[in-house]
Amino acid sequence: MILVGIAVAIVALIVFGFPASDFSTYDTISSAKAKQGKYVHLIAKLDRSQPIEYDAIKNPNYVSFNVIDSLGAQTKVVYRNSKPAELEQSERVVLQGKMQGDIFECKSITLKCPSKYKDDKRGLERTLNGADAPAAASPAQAPTADSSAKK
Amino acid sequence: MQFEGEHLLPGQIGQFFVLLAFVASVLATIGYFNAGRLKDLTAKASWIRFARISFYTELVAVLAIFSIIFYICSQHYFEYMYAYKHASKELESKYLLACIWEGQEGSFLLWTIWHCLLGIFIIWKEKEWEAPVMTALNFAQFFLLVMLLGLYFGDIRIGSSPFVLTRNEINGPIFSQPDYLNYIKDGVGLNVLLRNYWMVIHPPVLFLGFAACIIPFGFAFGGLQTKRFGDWVKPALPWALFGACVLGVGIMMGGKWAYESLSFGGYWAWDPVENASLVPWMILVAGLHTMVIYKATGRSLKASYVFVILSQAFVLYSTFLTRTGILGDTSVHAFTEKDEIMKLLLELFFAVFTIAPFVMFFMQSKNMQTAAPEEKTDSREFWMFIGSIVFFLSAIFIIAKTSVPVYNKIFGTKFAPPEDAEFSYNKVMVMVAFIIGVLTAITQYFKYKSTPAGYILKKIAVPTLVSAIITVLLAVFYPLTFYKHGAGFLGALYIALFASVYAAVANAMYIWSGLNGKIKSAGGSITHVGFAVMMAGMIISSSNKKTISDNSVTGINIPFGKDEKGRDVENPMENLTLLRDVPTRMLDYNLTYKGDSAGHENGRRFYKIDMVSRDSAEHFGLTPDIYLGKNELKSSNPSTKRYLTKDIYSYISSINPGSSRPDTAQFSIKEIGEGDTAFFNKGYFILNRVVKNPDSGKYHFVQTDAALMADITLVTKEGRSYKAAPLIQLVPSDSFNVKYYDDTLFAQNMYLRFAGVTENRKVKIGIKESDTFIDFITLKAYLFPYINLVWLGLVVMAMGLLVSMVNRSRISKTTTAVLLTVAAIAMFYMFFVAGG
Repeated sequence: MILVGIAVAIVALIVFGFPASDFSTYDTISSAKAKQGKYVHLIAKLDRSQPIEYDAIKNPNYVSFNVIDSLGAQTKVVYRNSKPAELEQSERVVLQGKMQGDIFECKSITLKCPSKYKDDKRGLERTLNGADAPAAASPAQAPTADSSAKK
Repeated sequence: MQFEGEHLLPGQIGQFFVLLAFVASVLATIGYFNAGRLKDLTAKASWIRFARISFYTELVAVLAIFSIIFYICSQHYFEYMYAYKHASKELESKYLLACIWEGQEGSFLLWTIWHCLLGIFIIWKEKEWEAPVMTALNFAQFFLLVMLLGLYFGDIRIGSSPFVLTRNEINGPIFSQPDYLNYIKDGVGLNVLLRNYWMVIHPPVLFLGFAACIIPFGFAFGGLQTKRFGDWVKPALPWALFGACVLGVGIMMGGKWAYESLSFGGYWAWDPVENASLVPWMILVAGLHTMVIYKATGRSLKASYVFVILSQAFVLYSTFLTRTGILGDTSVHAFTEKDEIMKLLLELFFAVFTIAPFVMFFMQSKNMQTAAPEEKTDSREFWMFIGSIVFFLSAIFIIAKTSVPVYNKIFGTKFAPPEDAEFSYNKVMVMVAFIIGVLTAITQYFKYKSTPAGYILKKIAVPTLVSAIITVLLAVFYPLTFYKHGAGFLGALYIALFASVYAAVANAMYIWSGLNGKIKSAGGSITHVGFAVMMAGMIISSSNKKTISDNSVTGINIPFGKDEKGRDVENPMENLTLLRDVPTRMLDYNLTYKGDSAGHENGRRFYKIDMVSRDSAEHFGLTPDIYLGKNELKSSNPSTKRYLTKDIYSYISSINPGSSRPDTAQFSIKEIGEGDTAFFNKGYFILNRVVKNPDSGKYHFVQTDAALMADITLVTKEGRSYKAAPLIQLVPSDSFNVKYYDDTLFAQNMYLRFAGVTENRKVKIGIKESDTFIDFITLKAYLFPYINLVWLGLVVMAMGLLVSMVNRSRISKTTTAVLLTVAAIAMFYMFFVAGG
């Protein structure tokens, strides 16, 4: 009897615990545009050629900016919250929200910032060779065979 | 090339100890495995001796590795990658330990140290089961130490050593110079997000909890290896209770950290990293219950095996999830660089510790002489077993949902979390809370085997009635106000709240009606009361959490952005902009941003906010702080005003990005005598007097200086009056140049300047209205009611688990008293005093 009960519980869990409505999808900007009003995830990059619009005096709950995805498609994003810290520095943004016309109404933003990932060696190299690099590090003193061979 | 100024000796010694620890773990595993396998007592004893020597060597080596890392980081030897990556000179010394376990190698090392320290207690206290438990423990050590090896086999590096050199790891032109160390001015240091009291204390406790899971697992392995299938349960039980206590506390410490300093706006968000540590705990708790059933009735042994093995397996699975970057975009926690070998090692670790024990278990399960699960519904074990299964299945549900990125990886699918990820968990977990709550309430009133008819109803009637009354009173006088997901979910919340209250009341009453007030044997009931109070606290504080900085509540700052379509329930406007010195209403409070000041740490700024309740009964200050990087907010630390019944919680969500627009306004100069009045376009001001070399307030001059201060009262058209004190100084050391100390009236966005003195002894006062806002912050604030119930429940639960543990182990009365007192004080301090 117990085993039957457990089996029923597992089936119930699968049926009620994982309805299709509990999942959304990762989309590109163009596929999101085709799914107007549907909740999707976009992975894109901040378009730095366009300004980030945020005026906390006027409205602290309105940010807008533009993003480009890896296929080159572009959209304006509106995020009704404060501007996320380090948005400008982000390498990649994961946006969750809905496409409304030509505007992506964003509910949540996750930023991927180089500074947060120490385990990213390129990031470390940038840090090391940025501020602290010797002034004399001209091309004439570019990495020798010795140092460029290092992993 | 010969490099200058490097300290290579500590690293070489450290690397030697890494190798030594690794070899010792292999030898200890072999030794203990043979000792457990052999029947011959002399051979057994000699293997034990060999294994112990190996184990103690491993212990010394592991401690030595840790000491050397500590030394390298504290000395800022940036020639070592680990010190460069995690330490820095500007880092306060209290974060030195935190920066060590920030890194992957450091946290694995912490884990190995806990394994070794627990191993000492096993050798000391559990002679009978030493061999199998220590086999499992040392085998786990083997995997952890492989991951610290950093040895090359051809081009492949196995593991990642904490002693690698910066110049071998990253490229850069500076490494072509022998004196490259002179150019590394400072290390990267501990991530500012992690510079927090909790970073010092949460990882060690959590890792102790993880490490403790190996011990019940080791006992279960012992049961299979020695074919004394059920004998391990009794000695393993105190260890499982210990693990459940420490892991539970460790997880909730993470919650407290998230709540009070990570500005996530709560203590639990069903984040994959949180889930990954919760699941082993839930399975361990399920296992605890089946072990108790086995001890009392001889049933549920197989379930105990399954749960104990799975709790360790899920510790490793959670390590795999959080360390390999597979969670990718779904978690806010840090990820690591792709290291395929590391990923492979973790997969292997997980696979070996899951597959091997299950193969052994299934091969031998037919030999296990156990009674079938009890089917009689009037027995305690039946309901305990049902409860364990429900708890276990809900853990499986959580981990199944958390693993979606893993399925995406394996099957190439693209499932993403839903719009309201938290709700997709909560709607299931609220029903789990109901079932578990009711079962927790009633089960203790049943007797093992079978309960006399009528007994239950008689005993349970009073607690049921009391709980029903409490719930109704709550619903009337302090209703839950979570309407976001409709009446159905609100109803479910009430049912779960009732079940939590029921569990708390029934268990508290059972301590007297069932156990006659014997606290010593009431560990289980105390634990249940704590768990139930914690659940009730979670339901109340989450349902009635209020955003008090909500613009739609305060009615100010009505948005007029060009794309704004008006207010929308789905877009609560949770941020409030505060202009300096301008009082702003927020729910029941008037807030004034009073100014900012620098903290001790590099880039840290504190913002003082004055809060006055509308009836003026409460008056307190909040000082949320931020870390700044290049005029940009980098991380925000909340400030919380704690009351017994509620927390008011605030953090800075954005700051003035600095004067990107130049201030083009000009001073307009008024000539005015002492005691005279002058008008400007927004009102008038009076020059009360001129003070020479003032030495009070913000100015401190001496008689030999040449400074003049104007004492001014400014009155606006609206009738507000302000004090201002601009000052002018002749600086002899700077060739008698004039220096102006302008005064700023933030509330009026106005500058005043002492611009000079005319020949006829009149004073020139400059007045300027800025066309850019001078100083403001954007704040988010929440009110969490009865959040203390969550922490109180947790502490009571942990204490109950410890009472159970000492009651079931051979510990002297004095030790027991000391242990419980220390634990109680430590937890009280951690959850109610320290931190915010």
